[in-house]
Amino acid sequence: MSGTGFPGFADPVLDAQAAFRAVLAAMSRPGQVQRLPPLPEPPPGLSPAAAALLLTLADSGTPLCLAAGPEAEAWVRFHCGAPFAAAGAAAFVLDPAARLGDLFPGTEEEPERGATLLLDVAALESAPGWRLSGPGIRDSQALRVTGAPPGFLADWAANRRRAPCGVDVVLCAGDAIAALPRSVAIEEG
Amino acid sequence: MSHDPGYNFAYLDESTKRMIRRAILKAVAIPGHQVPFGSREMPLPYGWGTGGIQVTAAILGPTDVLKVIDQGSDDTTNAVSIRAFFRRVAGVATTERTAEASIIQTRHRIPERALREDQILVYQVPIPEPLGRLEPRIAETRRMHAMADYGLMHVKLYEDIARHGHIATSYSYPVMVNGRYLMSPSPIPAFDNPKMDQMPALQLFGAGREKRIYAVPPYTSVKSLDFDDHPFRPIRAPQTCELCGSRDTYLDEVLTDDVGGRIFVCSDTDFCTERQAVREAAE
Repeated sequence: MSGTGFPGFADPVLDAQAAFRAVLAAMSRPGQVQRLPPLPEPPPGLSPAAAALLLTLADSGTPLCLAAGPEAEAWVRFHCGAPFAAAGAAAFVLDPAARLGDLFPGTEEEPERGATLLLDVAALESAPGWRLSGPGIRDSQALRVTGAPPGFLADWAANRRRAPCGVDVVLCAGDAIAALPRSVAIEEG
Repeated sequence: MSHDPGYNFAYLDESTKRMIRRAILKAVAIPGHQVPFGSREMPLPYGWGTGGIQVTAAILGPTDVLKVIDQGSDDTTNAVSIRAFFRRVAGVATTERTAEASIIQTRHRIPERALREDQILVYQVPIPEPLGRLEPRIAETRRMHAMADYGLMHVKLYEDIARHGHIATSYSYPVMVNGRYLMSPSPIPAFDNPKMDQMPALQLFGAGREKRIYAVPPYTSVKSLDFDDHPFRPIRAPQTCELCGSRDTYLDEVLTDDVGGRIFVCSDTDFCTERQAVREAAE
């Protein structure tokens, strides 16, 4: 009895590899929009991109904070086996109400333990909106994010001040993603 | 090509790949910081590139084209064995041409040909901790990285100057990444250090025995440590390559007999072969 009628990757090995390469490209070139391999049908409450990222990265070793409804929880429990945790104690956070400042930023000696926030937005485009700069970007990178939470840029500036600690963000819209590693600076315009 | 069905694709099991992939993503997000990972036993001994192989196995896909070099050469035992390993367990295409590769795993060299945005360079790292020779306690070096307390390394370089009149470190020359973390570039010659700065390709580093992964994202500042009055100088033998006539590549010294005969040839065999072909075509 699976407890979920929604499938995972059609090919768990190669689809996870393709999804990982997309998120690796996204993380090493902040703000560039990447496409994830399609998922047959994600459970209600999860975007195709967020669901593919969870299948690719989450497992029993990664506490997960999930606020996407019971069907998504059943799906995660079956396909990933990730233990659920509060936002401040999770390695991966998928909760639209989570604020960057509430998540675990790692420590000075172990900044890699900082959480990764998967943030669903309405749309991602390579168009003027935000101007990103930092490691991974030659001069600057334009990214237009529709539907970012209010006050996100101020939270991001505070997150960046904690360097090398901090939270890394992967923005998800449909099957598209764009990453904001903690090292990147964001300006409007 | 298809892979040996006795193994999971690319040898590692999926849960190990996920763990390595998470470490790689955090390493990219914190340029130059060493991320611990659960290094697995591999079918070859430590020191033969187990860290690089695990990183390659975690990123490799069926459409990748893999090149492996050992000290710049495609045809040494280590390079040949690792290519054969991935042909068998992942069924990927391999190449000796730098321009054709999507992933290049390297032991101790950066190819002479400039790398592109669509390529990934994977380094095999024996000793990831640049401060290890100066401070053996890991608890202490971690604190030094946390506080960006790198005075000790400057003292070491200063002592080089006091003793030899110049900085006598010719390989594994320490670099600062993104102005924050001191990083070992692995034992590449100091000649290769400038290629790391603002490189269009992603650079990943894997140390199997020491269980560390670190990374330099594309277009990231990588500066070799130096002093205003003793600026960093990449060192190469002043000779020309006997085979292709190159004057600007890193050279290996090769003994040709037992009475002092010696020649200098390019360490990067693919680059040298290409130059020889260009030269022959022109003649």
